[in-house]
Amino acid sequence: MSRFPELTSGSRPVGVVSFAQYDNVRREGAHNEVEMLMPVVAEVFGSIGITKDDVGFICSGSTDYLVGGPFSFVTALDAVGVWPPRAESHVEMDGAWALYEAWVLLQEGEIDAALVYCFGRSSPGDLSEILALQLDPYYLAPLWPDPTSLAALQAQALIDSGKATEADFAAVASRSRRAALSNPKAQVAYDRTTEELLAEDYEVTPLRRHALPPLTDGAAAVVLAAGEKAYEWCERPAFITGIDHRIETHSIGARDLTVSPSTTLAGEKAGVGHKGVDVAELHAPYAHQELILAEALALDEGVSRNPSGGALAANPMMSAGLIRIGESAKAIWSGQAGRAVAHATSGPCLQQNLVCVLEGV
Amino acid sequence: MSEREPVTMMAAPIHLDYVFTAGVAQSKNLHGLEEGKFIGQRCPKCKKVYTLSRGSCPTDGVPTDEIVELPNTGTVTTYCVVNVPFAGQSIEIPYICAQILLDGANLSFMGLIQEMPTDEVRMGMRVEAVWVEPDELGPTMASVKYFRPNGEPDADYETYKEYL
Repeated sequence: MSRFPELTSGSRPVGVVSFAQYDNVRREGAHNEVEMLMPVVAEVFGSIGITKDDVGFICSGSTDYLVGGPFSFVTALDAVGVWPPRAESHVEMDGAWALYEAWVLLQEGEIDAALVYCFGRSSPGDLSEILALQLDPYYLAPLWPDPTSLAALQAQALIDSGKATEADFAAVASRSRRAALSNPKAQVAYDRTTEELLAEDYEVTPLRRHALPPLTDGAAAVVLAAGEKAYEWCERPAFITGIDHRIETHSIGARDLTVSPSTTLAGEKAGVGHKGVDVAELHAPYAHQELILAEALALDEGVSRNPSGGALAANPMMSAGLIRIGESAKAIWSGQAGRAVAHATSGPCLQQNLVCVLEGV
Repeated sequence: MSEREPVTMMAAPIHLDYVFTAGVAQSKNLHGLEEGKFIGQRCPKCKKVYTLSRGSCPTDGVPTDEIVELPNTGTVTTYCVVNVPFAGQSIEIPYICAQILLDGANLSFMGLIQEMPTDEVRMGMRVEAVWVEPDELGPTMASVKYFRPNGEPDADYETYKEYL
């Protein structure tokens, strides 16, 4: 009899059994989205010896606003080859939310495995303008605030609250970029001290260049498998024992930006605090956001934060969240972690948050 | 309360510019058009040939690496005679819009049919591409001016029924 962990969310054990990601690059100028996805999908299946015929559902995450054309998620399916016709769905969100949809379907028990993939380029358009369009269309979007300026308001609020300093932001960036040196998929990795980083000029006060995410083109994919199927394809599956996502108001002015109550609530529902955590992969595009998330999830000092380098190492739109789940699963597969917390965010200043707890047995 | 009229509408103009990445496969197609040629790509698994491919076989999900030069001739699989004027129309109505299956290809695409009375268009009609002048050729479908009947007898329904 296979052993499964105790579940906080759902009643059927579903494991992450495979993960692949595209090389995270500043500008993928040679390949279109389908050409980017094909090798990722081939790897995510091939590395565990299965094909598209072995999954009962496909769910993807992307947004046409990045591509600049309609229905890009439909043409992206050509990277999988959906014949005979497949059960398939799409979310206009990060792939982490596509994984959530696939997990829900797997709970129903009609299928045993699913493919989740996502893709996003930051390079075709002006990302600052594109991200402004996700804001409230009446009061905020017409002002075209760029995401770094909004994040800087949050960082300043954090400083004003006395909870963190600019040196704390630099320490997060220093640690993350140093960890990224051992991540072959990292786009930005270096070995620089906090003091060196504090000598940089401000991009938008109080954020210096090191506190900002890179602009990244990328893609990622995960295979989920339920019950015995998970063990068939993976020696030590990373079982999803808890998963939840919550959102805050779209009105930035109505939020206390120094805290993340949606992350706290999602973390509670996902059972983060039920047991010790070895690794946390936090989707914090801006350095100070890692501090807010760690507090929201009540992570203690013993938790290894973003050993992959996190979103500061590479921040492919619509994929950086799913990559956090993939990196967490890798830590479980290797035995490096027994229990990991993966987090994905969306919207300005951590507006929407997903928390996924993964465990090996 | 104010005596002013309630706001019922607001304008928020949005304009975004993008740099389009055609990709490896589509670049080959576009460069073919630049030379007045149709380029197809064959799937290594199902052997189907796609024109204007995005680089993958939509059935098998594998790269269509083999390049196939396709002829200038094809068959009308289905069509529509446009009689309705609309904003931005650049062609005089009525005109014929058809799905054209190039000989040797397994995917049709939309093309304009000219040099014939609109009421004589039919499924199975054989056509050929008319290209713009050589100095006007570019990496765009606009390099194909239109298609016209090439005088061959109509294709047998069996030859194109899979492509409707």
